[in-house]
Amino acid sequence: MNKDYNFAFLDEGSKREIRRSILKAVAIPGYQVPFGSRELPIGRGWGTGGLQLTLSLIGPDDILKVIDQGSDESVNAVSIRKFVTMCTDVATTAKTGEATLIQTRHRVPEVPLRDDQILVLQVPLPEPLRLVEPREEVTKMMHAEKDYAPVWLLLYESLIRYKKITLAADYPVMAEDRYVMNPSPIPKFDNPKLHDAECLYLFGAGREKKIYAVPPHTKVVSLAFDDVPFERESFKGKRCRLCGSTDTYLDELFDADTGARVWQCSDTAYCKEVRARCV
Amino acid sequence: MRLTETPVLTVRGLTVRYGDGCPACGTSLEKNRCTACGTVWALRNVSLELFPGEVLGIVGESGSGKSTLMKSLYFDLTPTEGTARLRDYRDGGASIWEASGAERRMIKNLLMGMVYQNPVLGLRMDFSAASNIAEKLIAAENRNAAKMTGRVTELLDAVEILTSRMGEAPKNFSGGMQQRVQISKALANNPALLLLDEVTTGLDLSVQAKVLDLIRKIKARYGVSILLVSHDLAVIRMLADRTIVMLDGQIVEIGLTDQILEDPQHPYTQQLVHSLI
Repeated sequence: MNKDYNFAFLDEGSKREIRRSILKAVAIPGYQVPFGSRELPIGRGWGTGGLQLTLSLIGPDDILKVIDQGSDESVNAVSIRKFVTMCTDVATTAKTGEATLIQTRHRVPEVPLRDDQILVLQVPLPEPLRLVEPREEVTKMMHAEKDYAPVWLLLYESLIRYKKITLAADYPVMAEDRYVMNPSPIPKFDNPKLHDAECLYLFGAGREKKIYAVPPHTKVVSLAFDDVPFERESFKGKRCRLCGSTDTYLDELFDADTGARVWQCSDTAYCKEVRARCV
Repeated sequence: MRLTETPVLTVRGLTVRYGDGCPACGTSLEKNRCTACGTVWALRNVSLELFPGEVLGIVGESGSGKSTLMKSLYFDLTPTEGTARLRDYRDGGASIWEASGAERRMIKNLLMGMVYQNPVLGLRMDFSAASNIAEKLIAAENRNAAKMTGRVTELLDAVEILTSRMGEAPKNFSGGMQQRVQISKALANNPALLLLDEVTTGLDLSVQAKVLDLIRKIKARYGVSILLVSHDLAVIRMLADRTIVMLDGQIVEIGLTDQILEDPQHPYTQQLVHSLI
């Protein structure tokens, strides 16, 4: 561990302030709590929101897992894992079941999480109303007055233009019948995992300086019309080329040698575990 | 027009002031600006009634307060003093300017429709025409996409826009078409009151005629009450049952449109009518 820095990089006062914001976020599911986003040795927009949540929550006994788009080995995940290890010396793992704290970008792991696990999501754009209203002052009032017609407008516009709702990631949800929130750019395949979950979901937007949360057993409903229900991506007839799974979120790849289209699990750790079990 | 019924809209003592005012304001006004303290009285003690099925025209020169009146009624600005009661809001028991944020939204979406002179203010230019109209339906708690599209089709038919173009954004439409999209958006939830602010200004004559024709049809078909602001006396003559003449933020003359145009009493009205070629 690098002794030049405080444990988990941030000073204790900063960590405490961020934890207070987290408590407020947990108390009001889906509500975006403003917080004093700290400078970190990585650029804003590269997961600083999630990282600040991780750093303020991590303790010496925690076991950390970091994923980027389902993979433990991509650059963003490796750099963040290295950084946290450098200033904490906590154990890390790739196995979802072993981790106590998981920081992730754009995916929720395939293995259902337990009540002793926390999932931290990195958020680029926390405001579901931003596309229709550029002024923060106004979107705050819209949330206060539960004025969510414009979010349905976005879905309706998609129906008019493409005859179906084309939004694939960051699909807006209603938390506990009160706040509409962006679930961060997870594929809508993962949206149902937020509903009535065992674990705590925390969302951190470093550049936009917002924290929000979905506490365990929160009602989370993906927005839809009465006659156009919410649908997850369908991978009917497709299976992972490595582990053979048919019930996971699959990435579409091109085999460079044959030019063929192939599918494989986006959650690489899960894919490995399935293969290990089969051997 | 049914003058014996309860008015759809009753405005009393509407005043919009920019500045703090001073004791000299009553006597030292130059047009609508106080020479002593510089306060601008955009509207002074304006009162009016709008009856069911009536078209009330408002004429006056630039800066006379016509648009300020419309903007006050549509909550685009907050008046300094006065009340405005809508028959359909708390049965006329309270002024709309005391309404909460959620109530204001309800009033704007269900009880009123507004058509701005500049379509940019009334439409989301990058969203499709259909979505622009559906926004009002969504605000009225409609959550059935097929039903909403049915209603959108009906409304676009009513303003003679081909439904094959409803997926296009209004920014690609002509000025006259944009105004017609605004009109169908305003009518989406069958409001009792329509606010039309210079709807034909800036349109060429044949398109103007088409929009005016449309307003006449809408009046006949939906029985909606209309507050119609225009500086064009020909428009007023064609559409308005009664007319209000405004000058420097005040109402100087009010009466039946024929009466105002044939036998103007106030010097300003006389000048206005005589300037008509």
